[in-house]
Amino acid sequence: MAASFYRDLAEIVALSLEVSLGAVALAALLAIPLGAVLALGRFWGRGALVLLVNAAMGLPPVVVGLGLYLLFSRAGPLGPLGLLYTPTAMIIAQTILVIPIIASFTRETIEGLAAEYGDMLAVLRAGFGQRLATLLAEARPALLTAILAGLGRALSEVGAVMIVGGNIAHYTRVMTTAITLETSKGNLALAMALGGILLALALGLNLAVGLFRERMRERAHA
Amino acid sequence: MPDRVIPLRPASLDRKGTDAPICRLTGVSLERGGRRLLDRIDMTIPQGRISVLLGPNGAGKSLTLRLIAGLETPSEGTVALAPGLGTDDVGLVLQRPVFLRRSVHANLAHALAIAGIARRERLGRIAELLVRADLAHAAAQPARALSGGEQQRLAIVRALALGPRLLLLDEPTSSLDPRATRAVETLIREIHAEGTTILLVTHDVAQARRLAERVIFLADGQVCESGPAKTFFEKPRSRAAAAYLEGRLPARPGNASDP
Repeated sequence: MAASFYRDLAEIVALSLEVSLGAVALAALLAIPLGAVLALGRFWGRGALVLLVNAAMGLPPVVVGLGLYLLFSRAGPLGPLGLLYTPTAMIIAQTILVIPIIASFTRETIEGLAAEYGDMLAVLRAGFGQRLATLLAEARPALLTAILAGLGRALSEVGAVMIVGGNIAHYTRVMTTAITLETSKGNLALAMALGGILLALALGLNLAVGLFRERMRERAHA
Repeated sequence: MPDRVIPLRPASLDRKGTDAPICRLTGVSLERGGRRLLDRIDMTIPQGRISVLLGPNGAGKSLTLRLIAGLETPSEGTVALAPGLGTDDVGLVLQRPVFLRRSVHANLAHALAIAGIARRERLGRIAELLVRADLAHAAAQPARALSGGEQQRLAIVRALALGPRLLLLDEPTSSLDPRATRAVETLIREIHAEGTTILLVTHDVAQARRLAERVIFLADGQVCESGPAKTFFEKPRSRAAAAYLEGRLPARPGNASDP
């Protein structure tokens, strides 16, 4: 009894981390270049795209889940891929939720740094690639903050993974969906254990973000 | 009618200066938001000399430097460099230099990397530049933690890292105490002695007297006068310059010494 409790708990926590870390890694790969392009690019529709990305930070997870459900369901356009009720679908859903957060942060940061360093880089005769490399390197602390914030969002999100993952035991059950289910079943021991772990992770992440920003601010004004 | 530019006389050549222009501005105007900030400027920067761009605040001095450095494009007129030179040969030190949030050493390494200096050569070059700036002791400090004078010296040697033939300095001592000012001026003289042409912007008449071989006097976006420093300080030909040297900032260059 106790052994299976802990095994279930470990499995659920591991899958949660796997899905959310995977989603955040994928989102960072896509969102950082997107944010940089939005910050430095001058093209038609840029303003609208910036607004859209900012607005997308407020995407309701259940709606993202529903949209993906329609795409992935057997009758949907991507039905043949057989992604519905798989961890892959959960990663895709969380990636969509996290991209706007990281992209917005990146754009804002790079835009600010570009204004700050624009003249310096022009005087140093830096080409586009060198400018971008410099700005991204200077943006690293802020980008890390964005990534941690994205991870917080992914780990604590429940609606999207519930719909596209289906909360299948030993396969797509993560912390948030397990807590929902166990609570409704009255199995409060597992729900509370998972809740405690999730809480510690979420608070720990935000604490880390806060401390990191504080340290960076000190360094900048050193 | 303001005094228009006076063509450079073929002055006698000395060891350092050749008087062949390294840069020539012809009929340069710059407009921003409907305001004419520079108005048909003609200007010649002789090679190998320290030229000083003097004038009251808002005269368009910094803008002129940015034009020469290629950071701004003129609305009219041309900015021409001597044959064989490009904007890569022009260094500009901004009035408030900006540094990366990294060490003094890392800032120089960054500039050298952008200049395409191979990694193994960089260390030696950085050491040289640190000695020139008298900052060897501060290599590991955050660049932004340096004092104003140290930051100016760092900015100047960072500009040198790119090997400029013409170095533009925008009020490098405007916020420095006399001792820090002297250190920066010494560095400028050394760089000049090695053959780099200097164009220095200042509104400090005393500094212009100390450093200038030639003076270009700018007021209200127009060149009022230019010529050898000695002549300029002894007998300014324009009313605006005369008024400026007497400490009366002219409101308009044309009617500066109305009775």
